[in-house]
Formats: sequence, structure tokens, C-alpha cells
Amino acid sequence: MTKFLPMNRRSFLQTTAAGAAAFGLAPSLITTPAAAQTALTVGFIYVGPKDDYGYNQAHAEGAAVIKAMSGVTVVEEENVPETVDVQKTMESMINLDGAGLIFPTSFGYFDPHMLAIAEKYPDMQFRHCGGLWQEGKNPVNTGSYFGYIGQGQFLNGITAGYASKSKKIGFVAAKPIPQVLQNINSFLLGARSVDPTITCQVIFTGEWSLAVKEAEATNALIDQGADVITCHVDSPKVVVETAAGRGAFVCGYHANQSPLAPEKYLTGAEWAWGNVYTKFVTEAQAGTPLGNFVRGGLKDGFVKMSPLGPGVSDEARTKFEATHAEMMTGNFAVYKGPIKDNKGGDVVMAGQTLAEDAIELESMAYLVEGVIGSTS
Amino acid sequence: MEDTGIGLWGVPLAILAGAIRVSTPFIFVSLGESMTERSGRINLGLEGTLVFGAMTAYAVAVMTGSPWLGVLAAMAAGAVFGLIHGWICKFPKVNDIAIGIAMMQFGLGLAFFLGKSFIQPVAPRLPSIPLGGWSDLPQIQSALNINVLFVIGALLAVALWWAFRNTRVGLILRVVGDSSDAARAMGLNPDTVRLLATAAGGSFAAVGGAYLSLYYPGSWNEGISSGQGLMAVALVIFARWNPIGCFLAALLFGGAGALGPALQSVGVTQGYYLFYAAPYVLTLAILVATSSPTRSLAGAPGALSITK
Amino acid sequence: MTIEANTPSLSQLSASNGNVRPILEWIARRAEPVAISLGAILAGLALFSIFIAVVGKSPIELFKLMYTGGFGSWFSIQNSLSRAAPLLLTALCVALPARLGLVIIGGEGAVVLGGVAAAAAALPLTGSVSPIIVLPVMAIAGMLMGGIWIGMAGLLRHYRGVNETIASLLLAYIAIALMNHVIEGPLRDPASLNKPSTAPLPPEYLLGNIPGMDVNWGLVIGILACILSWILIEATSFGFAARIAGGNVRAAQIQGLPVGRLIVGFTALAGSFAGLAGMIEVAAVQGSANASLAAGYGYTGILVAFLARHNPLAVIPVAILLGGIDASGGLIQRRMGLPDATVLVLQGTLFVVILLCETLYGRFKIFNPDLWKTPALKGGTV
Repeated sequence: MTKFLPMNRRSFLQTTAAGAAAFGLAPSLITTPAAAQTALTVGFIYVGPKDDYGYNQAHAEGAAVIKAMSGVTVVEEENVPETVDVQKTMESMINLDGAGLIFPTSFGYFDPHMLAIAEKYPDMQFRHCGGLWQEGKNPVNTGSYFGYIGQGQFLNGITAGYASKSKKIGFVAAKPIPQVLQNINSFLLGARSVDPTITCQVIFTGEWSLAVKEAEATNALIDQGADVITCHVDSPKVVVETAAGRGAFVCGYHANQSPLAPEKYLTGAEWAWGNVYTKFVTEAQAGTPLGNFVRGGLKDGFVKMSPLGPGVSDEARTKFEATHAEMMTGNFAVYKGPIKDNKGGDVVMAGQTLAEDAIELESMAYLVEGVIGSTS
Repeated sequence: MEDTGIGLWGVPLAILAGAIRVSTPFIFVSLGESMTERSGRINLGLEGTLVFGAMTAYAVAVMTGSPWLGVLAAMAAGAVFGLIHGWICKFPKVNDIAIGIAMMQFGLGLAFFLGKSFIQPVAPRLPSIPLGGWSDLPQIQSALNINVLFVIGALLAVALWWAFRNTRVGLILRVVGDSSDAARAMGLNPDTVRLLATAAGGSFAAVGGAYLSLYYPGSWNEGISSGQGLMAVALVIFARWNPIGCFLAALLFGGAGALGPALQSVGVTQGYYLFYAAPYVLTLAILVATSSPTRSLAGAPGALSITK
Repeated sequence: MTIEANTPSLSQLSASNGNVRPILEWIARRAEPVAISLGAILAGLALFSIFIAVVGKSPIELFKLMYTGGFGSWFSIQNSLSRAAPLLLTALCVALPARLGLVIIGGEGAVVLGGVAAAAAALPLTGSVSPIIVLPVMAIAGMLMGGIWIGMAGLLRHYRGVNETIASLLLAYIAIALMNHVIEGPLRDPASLNKPSTAPLPPEYLLGNIPGMDVNWGLVIGILACILSWILIEATSFGFAARIAGGNVRAAQIQGLPVGRLIVGFTALAGSFAGLAGMIEVAAVQGSANASLAAGYGYTGILVAFLARHNPLAVIPVAILLGGIDASGGLIQRRMGLPDATVLVLQGTLFVVILLCETLYGRFKIFNPDLWKTPALKGGTV
């Protein structure tokens, strides 16, 4: 097994800009004049089964894309708990497989697990999905990447706004964390861009994967009149099938679930991790620095939308495509003031616009007006 | 704004609907286990059997297009698991509780291993009987869409309750369960009786799994069960080995489980984790209220290791 | 692998001077569990290799990888020990009550609440009080909480006649709900964005690694707890009374033994060990209390305890074996493309066979001096 990038600590430059929006705008490593196509072993760690029709599968599909690249060996481990297990798995990938670049893909892997191992192995590179890498605080051989999937939930919301007759839409959510709250809010704001009287009922299941409770939550939402459902849980399969079985429309998440409900599936917000991983690996092989704080949306190819289903009206399609085109130019902001939270407080001031890369969106702790639910 | 919700009525309705939808796996596992435990054996491994049954049923339904063949295959697989458990436990000094835990591990592992390729395909679902046609409300129609397996489970509970009291098979189970020596004196072979009772129990538990994967929630993945099999075994002790009690305990448990989502859907949004704990708190409270130190073992089979 | 409890001690034997016979008897009795366990492991591995061959992979490659990943290098050994450490304490949570004939399966609840209690106890103290005081306070808080939680199952058992197995399981589910409620509500650190947690412990308050090793102090604490538990059971009147009560509660009551106090005491002690496991998880691994506390250590501990036949000393090798299998599981996934469930199948097969082989105890003449041609040493039988 070959070691990745013969760099040592001294070859790192002082870190520069952080918090930059797009990919590669925060160069923090010096360029090493390594030969292209360096042999590289890349490790992927998943918190659940890698074929879950959702979160982990989206990452595993991304890993499958880079498996095809020349000089790249991919090692994968699934069902790794967020305990000492994941720390040892990372070390084992380094010590026994010779991995030089590791992607721990679950939120809970970041602090303290990945940070601890990265400090111990300063020559190895670690990139975490969903974390908030902070310059000066976190090791320079680590970083975080994520996609502005809230854009996708806004587009989901547009199709939901047109499809809903009851003017009530539903969201099955796992836990009240910023990334989930942002998706709920974006979904409602998308729907309200069609009809400002629409409300969104949210039910938290409390766990990332809990099939029966997700089905119960979907049924409870529909019993209360919601007629378009989406979700943010690890595996949306159950929600999509249950909602469609009750005759409600559904918007997908993580991956394309339209084969599960071809008639009722409006569209879905999907990850395109293959692009992201390809970019990281290409850079690592070429010896160019990997970004520490990497974000991107629709226009950067981090996120994509499922093809529109038969339940999307022409009117909805027009608005969807117009908004999608605007997002592709990078000039669309989901959060435009004034926005109040659902307790009446101002969260975005009148005249204030939070673009997709606004860092405060990543610590969102509120539900916007029109969402029925509570953050604790 | 057209209001199609049913407001606060959603809570009792959800409890009723939840009781019917969620309880079926508990009913089958606990009925099966009540037979096994009545024979004097405990099979703690039914969680593994349940999940293996869920996988088998789904896989066979995908391959043959028939959900009922899936259920039959699950029953056969569950019986095999029961036979293995029963056969191993007949050896002296072997601890049935420990074997159950190891078999749980084995069943889960085998189900996940063999089930990998069936996560993506969609299986045909088991049919349900629409008993809510009299109502105009879609919510009630949906709540009363009752799956055939639930009906079978209810009938089985009554049948078993009757059979335990009034048939020769019931008598044999009771005798064997109370004392191996008494059974031998009557010319019965306790090992054979327990082997068959454990096989039947495994087969029942697998049907519970088939309900999970082929009806509600109706999908196969590694997270399909959240401990229903283990909890159902506990419900048997709660129900004091009475099949009707098992049925009612399962209903109670399913209904209480629906409370959390239903309360959130009507706007009671804080502290949902505590509502999610309702089935466990309620079961424990009833257990404490109905137990007493002097007659704690009422109804317990005498040869059962867990109540000794 | 397992150590029989009721064998004569070596000092007792050397008293019957001069003869090699006592030494042979001592070895024979000690050799039985080792030989049977090793034989069972080999048989289990043989069965498992058939399974692997049937699915089209090479069992030899798999066993090589298992050795490499579990015990093949200093790194791998430390990996296995790290994974074994929490299991030592959670296995005691099952093994101790088992001495009284109680089956406790809810150790997971004591782990998570012990962790939360430890984190909560540290919150007002960090920064102003020295770690030398804060860490013991955390340990006491974790042990108290865990002790109360499992002690409750013992209390309900003795005073209300509630079955302790079902009560402890229900309490575990309730504990996990409470933990989630607390870490996402009252004790949530607002800065813990996508992983709701209590406020992180400052680095100087963390329980570090054993010097020279990449394994945290939890391993030492766990081993000490196993040894102390063994002494408690084997060498104290409390343990002796427990053994009598475990054999027959009614007889124990007639003899005037305080059965109630024994039951509550043993369950509370058992729970406090699991609570301590939660505290170590917070202080040595996570740095805060969060949902990762419910990692299943409590449930795996049940398996460890039953495999160790509830002998606290035997818990140590069994936990390390389990840790090794766990550690090598990752390598099997990565190198052979087998799913994670392979390890579960292996564990299941291995444990079923090991438990089945319990039936072989006492069947081999060579291990049983009572069946040797000349009469056995007095008092040496169970």
C-alpha cells in the first residue's frame, strides 16, 4: 500500500481564508509537486447500512463513482457506531489499509472522533460530511463538506405548494438539528412562495432510522389533513411508500425514490456526492490542496433534483424551472426578510437576505412562521 | 382554506388505528412465545426470528410475486429457527436464555447478510380488508383498513386460550411446562413437546416479521424492527402466559406507541421523547400495579427458568 | 477460558503435602473449561467457514484477516482491548444479579443515564475545580444513577414481585427516552449544532489513556471491577449469602438471610458498574453526553456475561474475544467486500456452539478426578 502525499507538518502554510462559499476557495495546504495519478487509498465510513435507500446509500453511490478512477482504491465500512469504534476504524484504515484520505460521513463522527484521530495522524487527510470546520480551532488536515440541500427542499416546496389542496403539508423529521430545521423551513418557504397561507406540520421521530415510527408519523400527518409529505430521516423509503399508499403526494430526499411511488412522487432533493468525491480525489492525486470548508449547491453539482413526476402541473413546472434556473446562476436566496419564527420573533430582518452560503444558516435553531412544531 | 384535518379527534383515532396497525407483530410473537413458555422453555431469540422472517417473507414475495408465499416461507424459516433452539436446549446444562441471545445474534446476522440484495426491490403487499366503508371520513376508512393477519392473530388468541384449557394438547403443554418429572410419569417426552412448542413459537414470530416487511411499514431494510421481538417476549410475562392477555397487551402497546406522533400532529410538540416512552411507562405502571410479592408467579409454568 | 468457581484453592491443595496427585487434579479441573471452550471455538469457526465457503469466499483468507485485524499487531491488540473495555462493566451488570438467579437485560439504561448524570455533575464544576476532584465526582454520579436505575428493578422484584427481566428492559427504553429528552432539551449545549450534546468537558478533565498504550483507563477500571466482583462473590459473606439465595430463595429466607437486601444490593451494585461504563464513555471517549451513549454496550454485555457463565474473572477473556471479533469485522468488510452482518453471523454461530458445549462439562473422564482409578481428593467436587 502506498502512502498518500509525502507531506509533513512543516510543509503546511499558515491557513488563510475560511468560511468561503464555493469549492476550493479556502486553500490551506501548500501545493505539493506530486505526480498526477498518485496511487491513493480512500476510506469511507457509514453510520448505517450502505444500501438504505437514503443517506448512507447516497454516499456509497458517491464512493462507487471514485472506485472507477485509476490509481484509486476504495475501502468501506458500514454500521460503524459513533464511539471509540469509529476512531479505531479510521486508525485501522490508515494502519492496515494504508488509507491517505478518509471520509467519515456521519454528523456524529466529527467531534471528538475525527478531530482526535486527525491530530494523531497529521499526514493523513480527513474530510467530514456535515461538520462545521473552523479555522484555527480544528486541525488543518481536516475539513468539512456539505451541500445546500435546502435549495432542493425549497424546490420540493414549490411543487408541494401547487399540489396541495388542503393547504397543509407535512414533514417527518428525525431530530431538531440545524440541518433538519433548515430543510423544514426551506420546504415551507418554497410552498409559501406559491401560496402564503400554506402551513407545514412537522413530526420529529427522535431517531435517524425507526421504520414503524416513521410510518406512524406519516399516517398522523395525513390524518390531520396534510396532503403532501416529505422527510429528513436516514431512509425515506418507509415515508414515501406509506404516504403514497394513503394517496398523498410525496417529495423525496437523499436519493431518487420515484420508483417507489411513480404516480405520487412530485420531485426530490438528491445528493450528488459522486461529483464532490471525484473533485477531492482528483485534487489529492494531483497534489493540489483539498479545501477545508467546502460547500456547494445546485450550481456546483453537489445537489440535484429528481425528474418531475406526473403529479406536477404545468404551472408548477414553469415556476419550478424558473426558480431552478435562478439557483443555477447563484443569485437566489431562500431566506429573504422579513421572516418571523413560529413563536413570533424576528429571525431575518426586513431587507436582509441570507444567501445560501450565509454561515448563520448552518446554526439555524428556529422554525419559521407557518411551521407547526417545536425545536425541543 | 379547506380544513380536511380532524383536529383533536385525531388522537383517539390514532391510538385506535395505531393499536391495530402496530400491534400485529407483537401479537404473533407473544402468542408464539406463550406456547413456548407454557412448555417450560423460554426463547429470548425471537427478535432474530422475527427479523429473519421479515427478510424471508420479503425476499420470497419479491421473487414469486405472491406475498402469501412469502408468509409461508417465513413460517417455515421461523420453525427451523425454533427447532434449532429447541434441539440445542434439550441437552443438559444448556441455558435456554443464553442460547436465545446467541440465536438472536445469529438470526439478525443471517437476515442482514442474505437480505442485502432485497433492500432495493419492491415486494407486493399483503391485502387488507376495508371495514371503514360506512364512514365518509378518509381517516376512519384508513384506520379501519384492517390487515388479514391482524384478524388471524385475534382469532388465534381466542383459539389458543380455548385450546390451553380444553384440549389434550393444551393439557400436555401445561403438564410439561409445570414439571418434567410429572410429564415423564404420564409417559410424555418433555424434550419432544418443548421442541415442537419452540418450533411453533418460532413460526409465529416469523409471521410477525412478515407483517412488518409486507404490510406495515411494508419494506425491508436492516432497521425494520426496533426491538419488537424482544419486547413481545417481555409482554408474555406481562400477560401472564394468557393468549388473550397477550393480544390485549399487544393492542395496548401499539396504541400507546401511536400517542407520540398523534400528539405532535395536533400541536402538542414539546417533550416528544417522553411521549414516545409512553408504551414502556404504561406497561411498567400496570405491571407494578397488578403484581404483588405473594402471587407474583401466578400462571407461571413451573419449569420456566426466567421465573424461578 | 472460564474459571470454575467451586474448585479448591491452590493453597488448600499444597497442604496435602508431597503428592503430585493434588497438582494433577488441580490442573485437570482448571483444564476442563479451557479445553472445552477452545474446542467449542474451533467447532464454531469450522461451522462458520462452511457458511463462508458456501457464499463463495475463502475462509482461510477470512481467518487470516481476523487474526490481523483482531490480534495480529500491537495496534490490533489495542483496538480489541479498546472495544472490550466497556463490555467488562456492562457484563458485570448481568453477571452479578445472575448469582441471585436474576436475569437483568436492561444494563443499557444504566449506561446512558450514568453517562448523563456524570456529564451533568461535571457541568457546574469544570473550570473552577481540579480534575482530580471532578473525575471522581463524575464517577460517583454515574454509579449512583446506574445503581438507582437497576436497583429499581431489584426493588420492584423483591417488594412488588415484578419480574426483573421485563422491568429492566422497560426501564432501559425509558432511560434512553429520558437521555434524549435531556440532551436535546434542558442540558443541550447550544453550540452542539448537528449532534445534540451536553457542554463538552475541557480537555484537562478527560480521562486519558493508559501510559504507553492507546487504550483509555476504562480498561483498567473494568478489569479491577471484575476482580473486585470476583472477590465479593467468592470471598465475602455477602457473596456466600448471595450464592445460597440464588440457589433457592425460600431456603435462604428460612435460614434468615436478608434476601431483600441482597437483591437490592446486588442489582444496585450491578447497575452502578454499568453507570460507571457510561461515565467512562463520557469522560474518556465522547467528552460530553450525547445519543452515542446508546451504542448497545448494555446489550452486548448480556452475551458476554452468559458466555462467561456469570463468572466475573471469565468476563475478561470473553470481552476481549468479543472486542477482537468486532475489531476484525471492519477489516473483513474492507478487504473481502463482505457485509457488516458477517460478524453477527460469526458471533451467533460461535456463541451458539460455545453455549451448546456447556453440556460437555463433566463428561470427560480426564478432567474429572472423581472418575480416576483411585479416589479423588475430598471436597474437590461441586
